[in-house]
Amino acid sequence: MQQEFTIKISGEAGQGMQTIGQALCAIYRACGLNIFANQDYMSRIRGGNNFFQLRVADTPVYASRHNADILVALDKASVDIHKAYLNTNGRIVLDKKKFGITGEQKVFFDVPMYAIAMEKAASEIFVNSVACGVLAAMTGVEFVLVAEAIKAIFRDKSEEIIKKNIEVAQAGYDFVAKSPRFEPSAIKKKDKPAAELLLNGNEAIALGAIRAGCKFYSAYPMTPSTSIMDTLAHYARGFNIIVEQAEDEIAAINMVIGASFAGVRAMTATSGGGFSLMVEGLSLAAMTETPVVIVDAQRPAPATGFPTRTEQGDLGFLIHAGHGEFARLVYAPGTIEEAFYLTVKAFNMAEKYQIPVLIMTDQYLADSYRNIGVFDTGKARVIRYIIPKQDSGKIQNYKRYAFTESGVSPRAIPSWINEPIYADSDEHTEEGHITEDAAVRIEMVKKRLHRKLSGLGKETEKPTAFNAGKADVMLVGFGSTFGLLREVTAMIKKTGFLHLSQLWPFPEKETLRLLKTAKRIITVENNASGQLAGLIRRQTGIKPDASILKFDGRPFDIDTLREEIKEEL
Amino acid sequence: MLTVQDFNSPDKIAWCPGCGNFGITNALKKTLSRLDRPPKDILLVSGIGQAAKLPHYIKCNCFNGLHGRALPPAVAAKIVNPNLTVIVTTGDGDCYGEGGNHFIHNIRRNADITVVVCDNQIYGLTKGQASPTTDLGHKTKVQEEGVIIKPFRPLAVAIVLGAGFVARGYSADSEHLSWLISEGINHRGFSLIDVLQPCPSFNKVNTYEWYSKRIYKVNDDKAYNPLDKSMALQKADEWGERIPIGIIFRAEGETFEEKSGLLAKSPLVEDGIEDIDITRVFGDFS
Repeated sequence: MQQEFTIKISGEAGQGMQTIGQALCAIYRACGLNIFANQDYMSRIRGGNNFFQLRVADTPVYASRHNADILVALDKASVDIHKAYLNTNGRIVLDKKKFGITGEQKVFFDVPMYAIAMEKAASEIFVNSVACGVLAAMTGVEFVLVAEAIKAIFRDKSEEIIKKNIEVAQAGYDFVAKSPRFEPSAIKKKDKPAAELLLNGNEAIALGAIRAGCKFYSAYPMTPSTSIMDTLAHYARGFNIIVEQAEDEIAAINMVIGASFAGVRAMTATSGGGFSLMVEGLSLAAMTETPVVIVDAQRPAPATGFPTRTEQGDLGFLIHAGHGEFARLVYAPGTIEEAFYLTVKAFNMAEKYQIPVLIMTDQYLADSYRNIGVFDTGKARVIRYIIPKQDSGKIQNYKRYAFTESGVSPRAIPSWINEPIYADSDEHTEEGHITEDAAVRIEMVKKRLHRKLSGLGKETEKPTAFNAGKADVMLVGFGSTFGLLREVTAMIKKTGFLHLSQLWPFPEKETLRLLKTAKRIITVENNASGQLAGLIRRQTGIKPDASILKFDGRPFDIDTLREEIKEEL
Repeated sequence: MLTVQDFNSPDKIAWCPGCGNFGITNALKKTLSRLDRPPKDILLVSGIGQAAKLPHYIKCNCFNGLHGRALPPAVAAKIVNPNLTVIVTTGDGDCYGEGGNHFIHNIRRNADITVVVCDNQIYGLTKGQASPTTDLGHKTKVQEEGVIIKPFRPLAVAIVLGAGFVARGYSADSEHLSWLISEGINHRGFSLIDVLQPCPSFNKVNTYEWYSKRIYKVNDDKAYNPLDKSMALQKADEWGERIPIGIIFRAEGETFEEKSGLLAKSPLVEDGIEDIDITRVFGDFS
């Protein structure tokens, strides 16, 4: 039987929920436990209500729970907002004096967190470290692990700061041990695995881009994509990458196209609004047959929408974006691992087919952390599809857009070959010069659309299926809902799932095969119109029986989805 | 030793007879033949408009992108493949209108590119609407009562933003223009050459005759010092009865390539990427 608990740390923006959350991740991983952490934050720098939710278990976990076992409230509002989301026997750690709460409730575990911070470190800013010590004690963790985690988290800070943080954490820890109100209850610990990574979806994409040989990254900051740029910028020097913050998303995509034309692998990332600005550039990449990788970390729209929240509302937009008709690839990684491997593949495929490749994620995947096995770089191979420099000198009569059976013309790099290269956004001849010839036009459209699609059709990223052919009810989803589908179908008998991590070209054959025996098909989507259900129907003729849709800007959780599915059965 | 003929393109020219772009193309070819760089090492980048067709008529690498978006791909290409001499051929609509934001920020970025703006003070390709540099009162099919919004002053804007080479040429004086473009290419950093150019089809105001009466060569005046910013700003703003052409402003400054540390490394395009060791950062995520 799986042992698990969920901790929620809630407070105002700026109270350090993320810092303590990261410390707790390190602490529980040192105990050999598995974690899944997600963040819920508002579009503001100070105030409001943010939380960090951490699910800890003795087996791997992939999604979040509806309720917490322990809520740590760093302000009064957090008590009111989150007390409804508490499990039976759950506890709310709070500072009654500080919050001006006088009544007693069974769930309250009153800890003078603010007084401890003031007494030990003379500043309320240390309250998050007090909470960290409290949580460690409540879950039966040895204090030495807390001290180690704090040292690691604050390694860039002064020794005095680290010492104070450890002291306040110790005081919080000791308070629990002395308190008659709470019995520490721990879950069984294991040995920590030798090699593991803890990272979120955006970091995985950034590492994938580095591995894939991305040499030029340009973007305009936009939540929830920005930490891709932050991560790449952090490693830019070490891996010889130029990360350039563009004046706008139009500049970003056009710079990426220019860098790619000139010979390097290049990428940009944004969210839906920024991608809207990039759409003309997307079409340019297709027309000039310049490889580019674009990440859309989705957030609720239209327009500015919910800047810091999650949605899967751009599916239809991404597969159709851009004026005109051309081949593209749209990936939607389901896990942090897939975010890494599909990013490497995205670069390879973009270069192989000389097309734009879109990676669709969302705030939930972008900001969620999980402990995972180290990436196998043997499965993340870089395969180049350009004319190598050493072969370039002998090229003669080069035509950038030479007609071929595959639709892909050998791609030379400017200044490596001895002839000039012409690339054009106007319709062009094989040489790249502007033309209005009807016959050339037909061949060029076939090249960019039909021939390339035909090749892409043979390299589909296979969907993941569970219980297909056996289950009465098949849940179908894409992108960030993978972990959710996996856990929920394991809980409900006779259910299975199909998860798509490639949306375009749509994996028609695989979808038909995997869904044909299902008695009931239900799509699970973080959008309001059931975009996946519509796409499946259009591409396969299968009409899903129902869609469970969530469009409040929040991710699904296992427990709510489980109840909703039971209603559907 | 290369000649102008080495830069001849087989592509047929699609401009109207008398178009100022012919003079600019000839001047540019002349410049290129004196650079002693083969066509494979020169990249011409353009957006959309009549000026944007120019790269097709010169034998060089060409990236003809989107309207207003010539500068971003040009700068990025230069950054990753510095062996390329990158020249942008753009127009008043492309560079100052649709691409205004890129104009501003790429002057700030100061990558080593040369921007030749074919400025005919009108939209040619869309048949005669006002451009950002069309003078007040100029009547068009759209601006029937004459232009009422103030013209954009590219030279003054460039100087204020810190561009290190700001010049104005005239398409009918090909030798002078060729000299300006050469100086622009030799300047390390962002160089702007705004080129006055008649449009015989759609601009009936700013004709060859109109320009010939007004322009004068500012560098002929020994007292003029293009290193003097306040003097340069005055010249940049001079428009009407007398119009200065020549090198208006010069200043040395660090380029993007220098500031970003790129120059100290081998070109990004030469980097081997087949087996990048990502495992060395795994420790940061454990």
